[in-house]
Amino acid sequence: MAKSQSAALDRKKLMADPIMVGTIVVLIAFLTLFILYPLAILLVDSFYGGNGFTLATFQKVMAMPTFRTAIGNTLKVGFLVGILSTVVGLLFAYVEVYVRMWKLVGGLFKVVSMLPVVSPPFVLSLSMIMLFGKAGIITYFLLGMEDNSVYGFWGIVIVQTLTFFPVCYMMLKGLLKNIDPSLEEAARDMGASRSKVFMTVTLPLLLPGLGNAFLVTFIESIADFANPMIIGGSYDTLATTIYLQITGAYDKQGAAAMAVVLLCITLCMFIVQKYYLEAKTAATLTGKASRGRMLIEDRSVTIPLTLLCSLATIFVIMMYACVPIGALFPTWGYKFTPLTFKWFGQVFSRYHGLQAFRDSFVLSLIASPITALLSMIISYLVVKRKFKSKGFIEAVSMLAMAVPGTVLGVGYIRGFSGGVFHTGFMQGLYGSAAILVIVFVVRSLPTGTRSGISALRQIDRSIEESAYDMGADSFKVFMTVTLPLIKDSFLSGLVTAFVRSITAISAIILLVTPSVYLITVQINEFAEKGAYSIACAFATILILITYGSVLLMNLFIKYFGTSKKIKEG
Amino acid sequence: MSKVKKGVRLDHISKIYQDPKTGKDFYAVKDTSLTIEPGSFVTLLGPSGCGKTTTLRMIAGFESPDEGEIYLGEQAINALTPNKRDTAMVFQSYALLPHYNVFDNVAYGLKLRKVPKDEIQKRVMRILDLVELTGMEGRMTNQLSGGQQQRVALARALVIEPSVLLFDEPLSNLDAKLRVSMRTEIRRIQQEVGITAIYVTHDQSEAMALSDNIIIMNQGVVAQMGSPQEIYYHPNSEFVADFIGEANFLKGTLEKMDGDHAVLKVEGHSARVPAKEGMTPGSEYTVVLRPESAVLADQGGLPCEVTLSCFMGSYQNYHVKVGNTLVKLTDYNPKNKRIYQVRDQCRLVFDPESVHIL
Repeated sequence: MAKSQSAALDRKKLMADPIMVGTIVVLIAFLTLFILYPLAILLVDSFYGGNGFTLATFQKVMAMPTFRTAIGNTLKVGFLVGILSTVVGLLFAYVEVYVRMWKLVGGLFKVVSMLPVVSPPFVLSLSMIMLFGKAGIITYFLLGMEDNSVYGFWGIVIVQTLTFFPVCYMMLKGLLKNIDPSLEEAARDMGASRSKVFMTVTLPLLLPGLGNAFLVTFIESIADFANPMIIGGSYDTLATTIYLQITGAYDKQGAAAMAVVLLCITLCMFIVQKYYLEAKTAATLTGKASRGRMLIEDRSVTIPLTLLCSLATIFVIMMYACVPIGALFPTWGYKFTPLTFKWFGQVFSRYHGLQAFRDSFVLSLIASPITALLSMIISYLVVKRKFKSKGFIEAVSMLAMAVPGTVLGVGYIRGFSGGVFHTGFMQGLYGSAAILVIVFVVRSLPTGTRSGISALRQIDRSIEESAYDMGADSFKVFMTVTLPLIKDSFLSGLVTAFVRSITAISAIILLVTPSVYLITVQINEFAEKGAYSIACAFATILILITYGSVLLMNLFIKYFGTSKKIKEG
Repeated sequence: MSKVKKGVRLDHISKIYQDPKTGKDFYAVKDTSLTIEPGSFVTLLGPSGCGKTTTLRMIAGFESPDEGEIYLGEQAINALTPNKRDTAMVFQSYALLPHYNVFDNVAYGLKLRKVPKDEIQKRVMRILDLVELTGMEGRMTNQLSGGQQQRVALARALVIEPSVLLFDEPLSNLDAKLRVSMRTEIRRIQQEVGITAIYVTHDQSEAMALSDNIIIMNQGVVAQMGSPQEIYYHPNSEFVADFIGEANFLKGTLEKMDGDHAVLKVEGHSARVPAKEGMTPGSEYTVVLRPESAVLADQGGLPCEVTLSCFMGSYQNYHVKVGNTLVKLTDYNPKNKRIYQVRDQCRLVFDPESVHIL
């Protein structure tokens, strides 16, 4: 049997659609040049000496004790953070799905799951230092402890757990909701106690999902740059070591080899997570719950659980609240009254605040529509069309999810500072604002694509086919049918991309030039110098901007989104 | 509609798919040749997985054939994309555009063809009138019932005046009563417009009610093509006989020829059936007996024993055993007739002209 004729015909049909072909070609070029190529050049750089293949760079890097410790440190932190985040996330998810709780607590949960999304990555590190550090309000002023150090292993672990557990919480909440209550009711009916049901029914069903949540946070933790940078002290992780190798030791080749090591670790875990655990999760928790769940009302269960979660929530909110408050004290740690706006003033008068906000804002504003549109196009191609290079497009855009920002940053330095393949071609890109926009796009593309794909999977294939059948070409179908139907996903992709871009740091910090001021880079700089008040002032304004744009967009979706109109009736 | 009607011709069409479980290739449609006359209503009928939908989707252009060529009128259309083909499809799930109202859904194809605005208005309203949806043009599609949504889908397909109308199990999401009234509706509209229609279904009564011709498909090949009467009365295989209506199969060896008739030995007793060409004595033949074409009586025919007797309202349902062969009977209008009870010994009587020999 030969499928050659249908393959040839499908190709012919595709070629009859120049816009579609053009889009695919541009997409492939973009993905290759800005995701694959920088990673490939890292490999080439670290394996290619002056004359051919060599392991010398790796041997040199591995011989550095600092690097070996950094690998151990990173894995230790990642492992612990993964476990803690999963446990805390599970607790929150379980309480939300299974326990009848007060409305207010539900509201707090929402706030907590929202905060890490809208705040820049190092906010928690800042407040950790300000609350529990040497001159921390709690440790020094309330408890009178002298010399309490938050820097190091535990600092990173606590801060990262607080940052990442909401991700686990959201993931596990979705899974728990999909468990059919009658499974647990059947077990209860057979005489199992509530804890027995949890151990023998709920937990086994959830196990792949827990593994999934664990790995996702593990990867996030390993890739995290900002928190270890600020609160790590002398406790270096891979991301910070690579950064220091470039900015401190000017050893770009060594950094490239280190980046390859970091990439290998995240990539392995990503593959396990994506292709093994995600499939398993889907297999055990398919169908929707057939009906509502009887919530637990037993006070001996609800009161302690609700109390525990509420306390945790209040702690997290307090951590975040510390940042704007900190910016109002005249001198952190010494003088608390009268409250003052002088730091906010200084942001603009002395530290190029206006320029930083303008640059960050404008670049993110340029990047977000590009990201949103690109991710919708990719999702459309992946879900709705069949063509040869589809697998490539899907794989590369997902690959970007597994690439830590620091690795990407090093890849861009190696890949573009001397032009493509060090030939000088496209050299102008390096050091320009355009490359920052591209990094923003690449960094947010996977999240947008993932949400676009899941939105498109909900849409019956025949709706687009009918439009196609009526005489619309691919472009028309995409513009008049696909995009309007996933407008909500597109709009929220727009916000997510904006928020992610304006709060990004890890890759950006390696690529930014002195002519461009970015808020996150500024915050990092001041936090490193110990100028916490000014860092807080910057961070506060940034949070306000991101939160404001999220609110604005939600309002916009509420009034202009199509899905609501379609869902009614 | 002023357009020249076009027929559809499939010339040795095959489509190969890969079994997702085993990874092996198999023919979803194999070496199928068909001619569909202009203006006729043809149904592709068969069990699920028989290749009927694949065939329809190849005609629409969503799938590409692996062998053979498809012609629309005189034009070979293999390499044309669906939007360039002069066909319009009515989908099983209606596939209405949920963000448009009824008018915009129907007008969609005309707008793509850059038809002037006032003409769009006129043509849409005329079609909505044809499918009896006048006054609904401002509704969103989710405010319509299933039957109304299906009419919109039909109107949308009709309004662009395609050469061929394609239906992919359009009524299977409707309830039983609505299905019956909608199929009458579809037939009426097709006759009024005079368009060529190809209709995929697994529901034999739908096929019977709608079609000029029925094409029965099984495992990727055409099992039989013919008018509903031909297919019902003269099925060419046990599969077709069983698929269309209920069928009993009596197996017997040929005893002798008797003019236009053959005498078969069925379960040890002689039965007269119509002869067909090339019969040889001693060979085994199968006779198709429809449940309504035989009755129970006290004498004549084949001896049998009743194993089930059940009153169904408009008919009495019997299962009888002729030797080891189970025969199902429907005796219509049972009032005032003798009703046989389980374990009664009686006779199975049929007119030789009402059975068919395979």
